[in-house]
Amino acid sequence: MSVERRKFLKLAGLTAIGVAGGLSAKALAQEAGLVDTAAATVGDTAETPSSPLRAKRWAMVIDVKKCREAGNCTECQKACHLVHNVPEFDNPKDEVKWIWREPFGNAFHDQEHEHLPEDVKHTMTPVLCNHCDNPPCVRVCPTQATWKREQDGIVMMDWHRCIGCRYCVAACPYGSRSFNWRDPRPHIKKIQADFPTRTRGVVEKCTFCEERLVRGQLPACVTACKAGAMKIGDLEDPDSEVRKLLAERFSVRRKPALGTQPEVYYVL
Amino acid sequence: MHNGGKIVIGLIGFLVLITFPIWYNVANDRAGYSPEIEKAVRGENCVRDSAWMRPFHMDLLNEWRDRVVRQGERFEVGADGVTYERSLSATCLSCHENKDKFCDRCHDYLGVDPYCWDCHVAPKELGR
Ligand code: SF4
Ligand code: SF4
Repeated sequence: MSVERRKFLKLAGLTAIGVAGGLSAKALAQEAGLVDTAAATVGDTAETPSSPLRAKRWAMVIDVKKCREAGNCTECQKACHLVHNVPEFDNPKDEVKWIWREPFGNAFHDQEHEHLPEDVKHTMTPVLCNHCDNPPCVRVCPTQATWKREQDGIVMMDWHRCIGCRYCVAACPYGSRSFNWRDPRPHIKKIQADFPTRTRGVVEKCTFCEERLVRGQLPACVTACKAGAMKIGDLEDPDSEVRKLLAERFSVRRKPALGTQPEVYYVL
Repeated sequence: MHNGGKIVIGLIGFLVLITFPIWYNVANDRAGYSPEIEKAVRGENCVRDSAWMRPFHMDLLNEWRDRVVRQGERFEVGADGVTYERSLSATCLSCHENKDKFCDRCHDYLGVDPYCWDCHVAPKELGR
């Protein structure tokens, strides 16, 4: 493809004006009819072949009663940690976790008192990143390696960009973030090729299975839960499963007083 | 010039030493050597023209990374009009399945050490 001199000069001129005016060269070229807008160009983003699951605001509701009835199992954690290549270390100081269980009193220490029903006290509560609406971890990250997605509220991580400063680890009031103190690769039981591992010096956490949602699959933990205790859905859609659950049952969130607006809800 | 002879001999010795790798390869008839890269084991077309890919694949991979991770745009139109997933492991390595004979051979020759594989996984290296 050869660009004619005239066209080139036109485009260069427009670009100069555009840069001054904050417009993209492509948009200007389209305006000037220099780029064919109709046909798909090589490298253009294509529609996802499978129908992706979309929401304006992803949120999760966990029915802890169902966890209790199912005997407080660990299926959600096993599934999540398998598909995301989460390493397992013997030394708890090195621990890396995306979703795990906490005794009720640890997950909701501000709700605990000694006269709670015994079964509630002993419930192992699944905890994970809350994908907060007002995430402190995002505010502190100096490289924007973690950020809240505008389209659906997922608090994402870009492991390419994480410099391992651990500000986010300190900022998250829920302990949702793990740091890789050691090379995780040798400690991953069964490496999955379709998901990257991480390296030493990088922080990781749950991403609401963003990579599965885009392929039309529910998160690994939700699928793995035989008790059906975990539901994910659109908080902005009044007809969604999560909204219905929240409307029917009394729900709590972890440390709501901090103002992080966590988007993982628990019904007891 | 005081000690001139010694300096010249020293300089010549130095030049011979630092150009030794060149003489060594010439003597071994490897002067024009370039590594042989394994052709794609399947697939008709590359996602881009292969002549373009050779010098610019790293730019493409950087763009793919940003599109997928930052914009959530996982699929794109390839040079042949087919929809491809923007994925090193799933797309590139499905045709160039032997990372060692494709990526590594050239990277080793050129002495570049990209860190893609510190995190991304070559399916075949898992024995699958
Ligand atoms: S739970 Fe922690 S890591 Fe997750 S969004 Fe909230 S502050 Fe960030
Ligand atoms: S450790 Fe990584 S993700 Fe966390 S604040 Fe630092 S750069 Fe950002």
